[in-house]
Amino acid sequence: MTSLAIEVQGLKKSYGSIEAVRGIDLQIAAGEVFALLGPNGAGKTTTVEILEGYRRRDAGSVSVLGFDPARRERAMKRRIGIVLQSTGVEQFLTVSEVIEMYRGYYPSPRPLDEIIDVVGLNEKRDERVKKLSGGQQRRLDVAIGLAGDPDLLFLDEPTTGFDPGARRRMWDAVKNLKALGKTILLTTHYMDEAQELADRVAVITEGRIVAEGPPGTIAGRETAKTIVRFRLPDRAPALPPSLKNAARARDGRIEIDSEDPRKLLHELTGWALEKNVTLDGLEVTRPTLEDVYLKLTGGEAEAAE
Amino acid sequence: MSDLALALRQTKYENRSFWRNPASAFFTFAFPLMFMVIFNLIFGNSKYSPFGQNATVSQFYTPALMAFSIITACYTNIAMGVVFAREGGILKRLRGTPLPPWIYLFARIAVSVMVATLLVVIIGLFGRVFYHVKLPGVRTLPALIVALVVGAATFCAIGLAMTSFVPNVDAAPAVVNATIFPLLFISDIFIPILNHKGVLTKIANIFPVKHLSNAVITAYNPHTVGSGFEGKDLLILGIWGVAAVIFAVRRFRWEPKEQS
Repeated sequence: MTSLAIEVQGLKKSYGSIEAVRGIDLQIAAGEVFALLGPNGAGKTTTVEILEGYRRRDAGSVSVLGFDPARRERAMKRRIGIVLQSTGVEQFLTVSEVIEMYRGYYPSPRPLDEIIDVVGLNEKRDERVKKLSGGQQRRLDVAIGLAGDPDLLFLDEPTTGFDPGARRRMWDAVKNLKALGKTILLTTHYMDEAQELADRVAVITEGRIVAEGPPGTIAGRETAKTIVRFRLPDRAPALPPSLKNAARARDGRIEIDSEDPRKLLHELTGWALEKNVTLDGLEVTRPTLEDVYLKLTGGEAEAAE
Repeated sequence: MSDLALALRQTKYENRSFWRNPASAFFTFAFPLMFMVIFNLIFGNSKYSPFGQNATVSQFYTPALMAFSIITACYTNIAMGVVFAREGGILKRLRGTPLPPWIYLFARIAVSVMVATLLVVIIGLFGRVFYHVKLPGVRTLPALIVALVVGAATFCAIGLAMTSFVPNVDAAPAVVNATIFPLLFISDIFIPILNHKGVLTKIANIFPVKHLSNAVITAYNPHTVGSGFEGKDLLILGIWGVAAVIFAVRRFRWEPKEQS
């Protein structure tokens, strides 16, 4: 039996008449990277903040490393690291001073040089926090979260607002942590991030988990239909009826779903060769995690917080 | 690390942050010294009868600006600093670490008290050297120290209590200064009040600023008879302090009021 880092049953939380979390169950194994996905206002942050001990639950049972986070015990805080969505840092201290300050709060902190290494802030270690770029500040947030060498790390939207290079560096940092055997609970808006980093994901909408599983197979992704996309030249002859009936136009291209892409492609390319028609931008894809996510969340990317 | 060692360590970091922040170093530390020079240059030669026939207003400003130093280092500095730390999410982050909350507050207060002490000493020496203001003798020195300590404790507590009235960072300077500046003018700090029967003095008597300045000035007054303890002023300061502590304990927040 693998030990569980986090176990949640029947978690509920309301703010006034608004039910933010309506009965969530979660089991996260030690050493697992688990991503919570969901639109703004779906209950992600509320759930995570209950696990972190910032908010109290209305109902349900919660165990974090064997502690009840509502009791805010120092012994629990010694074993977790929290990287909140938006938190400031002492602006006038240097990177290494800040990390050193936070290290002092923990009984067995991680060595300073290792922390700086993991987040890739070596060149900035003597720079004042005020002078760091947004991406560097965010990596400092993660560094602070690591100060106590936690068994469990909460990462709330670690790369929101990053440029692609900075996102890659953050991902590398998270992968380093995973290699160290840390349990990580990640929330994110980016499906590629979840795909890249998470062992398992859960999708939350309206306070409930609507799907859960490894990013490659969640919500039947691996058995879902393949999509074939292509563009036809302006004066191309009509598609044969068997293809035409299944085709739909989208963004100037033609899309056809198929359970057996071999057959479809055979037919399509055979027809194209025979009629000497080009198939520009021909693409065979499986539904991305984002496609699955949008379907599960009803496409509502933004809801009121 | 023991909690005591942790508290000293936290104080070291808060102290470093304070002096590296140009805004806090200037407004908290340089302000009282600047006023000391300006007020003395402008009003210094006027007579100030409570201190004696030939006494000048310069002699009033030494104790008055000591009281001001206590207020700016404790009240203004803590109210502003804690609101900035709260709205910036620093307090929320700290709440997620094993650091006991009292250690953070202790460190902030310790830095304020150190800054206040430094200011009081500098102002005392400045007055002595440039304006021949006699330092209090052994007879009233205990009264001066008690007045400064009670004042520091009271204004630290009021500073912490005040943070719950400040909704965001933009409002902080306005709320903090608007509550204190009018009192500084009517409470024997910026302007020596010679007629103590006016309406403004009656208003000033409700608030703690006047009682701090009065207690400090009495201890500094060469004509003070006896030990110079102003029991009534100290009592009213104490009541404000205790009320502020009770209020702060109930209303203090660690999370930003303005959630993004």
